[in-house]
Amino acid sequence: MSALAFIPETQPSPARRQGTLHSQEPIATLAHITKRYGATVALDDLSLSLHPGEVVALLGPNGAGKSTTVKLLLGLIAPTSGTTRVFGSDPRSALTRTRVGAMLQVARVTETLRVRDHLDLFRSYYPHPLPVAEILRIAQLQGIENRLFSQLSGGQRQRLLFALAICGNPDLIFLDEPTVGLDIEARRALWQQIRSFAAQGKTVLLTTHYLEEADALAHRIIVINKGRVISQGTPAEIKRNSGGRMIRCQTSLSREFLCTLPGVVNVEYNQGVVVVTASEAEPVVREMLLRDETLSNLEVASPALEDAFLALTKN
Amino acid sequence: MATSAIAHPLPPVNGYIHTLSIFRKETKYEFLKLMRTKSFSLSTIGFPVMFYVLFGIANRNAYAGNVHIAKYMLGGYACFGLIGATLFGIGVGLASERAAGWLELKRASPMPVSAYLFAKCASAVAFGVIIVSILIAVGTSFGGVSLSGVELVKMLGMTIVGSISFASMGLLLALLVPANAAPAIINLIYLPMSFLSGLWMPLRLMPHWLHSIAPALPTYHLSQLMLSIFGYGDSMSLATHWNALLGFTLLMLGLSWLIFHRKEQNA
Repeated sequence: MSALAFIPETQPSPARRQGTLHSQEPIATLAHITKRYGATVALDDLSLSLHPGEVVALLGPNGAGKSTTVKLLLGLIAPTSGTTRVFGSDPRSALTRTRVGAMLQVARVTETLRVRDHLDLFRSYYPHPLPVAEILRIAQLQGIENRLFSQLSGGQRQRLLFALAICGNPDLIFLDEPTVGLDIEARRALWQQIRSFAAQGKTVLLTTHYLEEADALAHRIIVINKGRVISQGTPAEIKRNSGGRMIRCQTSLSREFLCTLPGVVNVEYNQGVVVVTASEAEPVVREMLLRDETLSNLEVASPALEDAFLALTKN
Repeated sequence: MATSAIAHPLPPVNGYIHTLSIFRKETKYEFLKLMRTKSFSLSTIGFPVMFYVLFGIANRNAYAGNVHIAKYMLGGYACFGLIGATLFGIGVGLASERAAGWLELKRASPMPVSAYLFAKCASAVAFGVIIVSILIAVGTSFGGVSLSGVELVKMLGMTIVGSISFASMGLLLALLVPANAAPAIINLIYLPMSFLSGLWMPLRLMPHWLHSIAPALPTYHLSQLMLSIFGYGDSMSLATHWNALLGFTLLMLGLSWLIFHRKEQNA
């Protein structure tokens, strides 16, 4: 596999691309997984699948079951019931692992080994690892390969963990909070690398608390809570399905009237500005403009992914 | 291009040579890591050598019957040194790597767990051999100890056997003990155990009621096997000592296995 090409930003829109990605055979599946730890149910009849070339963001509040899901796919734990399949086999087989890379939250990596020592060792696990120079370029570790891990800054440590995840040229990559501690430039650079992996047909499963990151990167978002999938779709779909659109304006219309408009979910007054949340913006706006000629400062926006996420996980 | 990345057939992992290379590198980096960790390397090598220089060399001309005290102490401190290197190298190392999540990352990778365990054991053996070699050099140069070629080879062989045996104890401790308490707890086990087995002072110089504890300790049996190379062993048969050491190793491995599996269930 030759060097990873730098893929420019102009790609088909996520929605259209999602359509083509989803039609391909899944490379990893969790089918009706239940995982119990004693009396606690961590995952409750959860099913999901991952397809080639897509970036999937797994979102959920703490304790939702994200880590358990990732550990199942990595073959670190076995389900209580249900089946896990990665590249058609058990994720615990060594052969499957040679096609998978992972970036997990690690408190302490061996401090007295150098960057190149770590890369040398991890590369040796894989049959066709990427060349060292390539890994250094992708993870932006050029120039510091001789530093001991203890001498690295927080951002450099994150980039080394990323390098270990990709050094084997895997086809499926798990990234757990990959940009924690990175500055804006490093974060954007990492996003670019993730996009180029996906463009080569690799699959990335991402867990993150930065919803902006999920919004920017993911072809598909899976929201889980209390061990179940509660929503799935492109970022636009998630935002649309749980919160609709927000209409902000100054108007003399009364709250009672606004609540009668079709599809209105919420009406809030905030310092003279009214915010109407409705599933469809256009009918509501049309009606409001008809009824109130003094209406001004009209803005229509999609709710932030954060609001959609909070709304979904509140119940 | 989108499909070519995963259309390639699963490559046949060139089994034997590839695995051997993993074992070799895992061991190399484990050893390097330990050597570069000054708090570990300086203390595990330094303490036995320092004690031997202080107490053993002083006895270069002392004999108890036909037992050369400096040579007797060489056997005792050799055991003390190799056991310390093993318990701390494996016990503390594995415990902290587990607690940090580093071991989990390695288990998610294609690294065979056997390579990881082998590397830890082999590095402990390497340290044991280094410590004992330094002690032998000090003893023969300054302690007036005379060591035949056969005795030397047997000592190094026993060092390897002892390191492997106590590696099993290091493994069990790493599984049982929380990582931040590990150094303290291992010291609390290792130091009294060494003392009560007569590694620092011959047993016959200690109160009589302490003598009965020694045969229950694996360190006692290892030191008797080491001392018997010089003909300084006690009256128990060698077979008893070998059986005790073997039994201890199997017990440690068995318990480790059980605890590891119980942890896996609840992980």
